[in-house]
Amino acid sequence: MSAGFAGADLAHLFGHFMMLSLLSIGGAMSTAPEMHRYLVGDRGWLSDAAFTSAIALAQASPGPNVLFVPVLGFQVAGLPGAAAALVGILLPSTLMSLAVSRWSARRRDTLAVRAFTTGLAPVTVGLMFVASWVLVQPFVRDGSHILGASGLIAMTVLLMLTTGAAPIWLICAGALAGAIGWV
Amino acid sequence: MRGCSNLGIRSARESSILSSAPCPPDQAARVAPRSPGELFVAFTLLALQGFGGVLAVAQRELVDRRRWLTREEFLDAYSLAQLLPGPNVVNLALTLGDRFFGWPGALVSLAGMLLAPLLIVVALAAGYRHLADSAVVAGALRGMGAVAVGLMFAMGLKMLAPLRRNPMGPWICSALAGATIVLVGVLRLPLLWALPCLGIAGWLIARAILARTALRP
Repeated sequence: MSAGFAGADLAHLFGHFMMLSLLSIGGAMSTAPEMHRYLVGDRGWLSDAAFTSAIALAQASPGPNVLFVPVLGFQVAGLPGAAAALVGILLPSTLMSLAVSRWSARRRDTLAVRAFTTGLAPVTVGLMFVASWVLVQPFVRDGSHILGASGLIAMTVLLMLTTGAAPIWLICAGALAGAIGWV
Repeated sequence: MRGCSNLGIRSARESSILSSAPCPPDQAARVAPRSPGELFVAFTLLALQGFGGVLAVAQRELVDRRRWLTREEFLDAYSLAQLLPGPNVVNLALTLGDRFFGWPGALVSLAGMLLAPLLIVVALAAGYRHLADSAVVAGALRGMGAVAVGLMFAMGLKMLAPLRRNPMGPWICSALAGATIVLVGVLRLPLLWALPCLGIAGWLIARAILARTALRP
């Protein structure tokens, strides 16, 4: 937490994150470069390492990736900072999402809305494959764990497609395999 | 899907894009959450399983296990959720909660998705330094990361099934999915630009094809 962080700073943080909320198409992570510019470069409230560790921490813990935002806020100004950052990043996008989804639900039989879901479905599925490709990159780059990781990935895919197992058991198995050094 | 019973879901998609098709097998078995409380519990549980991304877990829990949505409905809802600003899975939770129980449903879904994980991540942020250096912790995180890759890839494979019934046909669907993989995965274009461009292309193609099939007797 930086010294001399005033109420005016908190309001500025809140306002800036409200603006970023409306730009966060594709998820909050897409605004991470701009948050870095604002928090580390512009305002000097956080160090580079603190910024990176906030993202790593949020990705390592359960829940949506957007939770790196309150961690950033927490590192800047404790619990009030966490609250300002989280509410700021969520409030405008939440209101807009609700309005648009209600609007499209009322018009779901019109050509325009049917074309929207029909046309976007292949793009969405393409993005799911891109996401798994992005997630596998650390294993490809590192190289030393590629064999164990490949085995774990293949086993997960197989069990997900053939059984009704809850993901948590697979995640626990993965954590165990990693902790004893197999992956 | 007029032949399928509504099952009491308000604003359920009685006639969807697939209205000409017979009930798919998973449609008949669809159920609705009984109360906002059940929504809260479901979203809390799935958020707590979401290491390295909640989306695959959400698909698993909402479609495969709880049967609140069909694969088609999940794909439609998520397509909209990701094009809107805001975290995709949070938008998905909001729209589903709103569809089942209106405003209160949207709020409890949002709270379920965020509350428990928020407490955990802030607690971890307060005590992070002690954990980061441990080789056991690093290994466990690596193993969980590998499972997250498998979950995401398996979900992509499952979502190919609803794509097969897409009115645009297999070739156009493959071309659009392929273009997405090249632009976002290979060329690494920012999603902020790539997604609206791909969305508009898909919308225009689908619009033309749907308009043409509607004209046919």
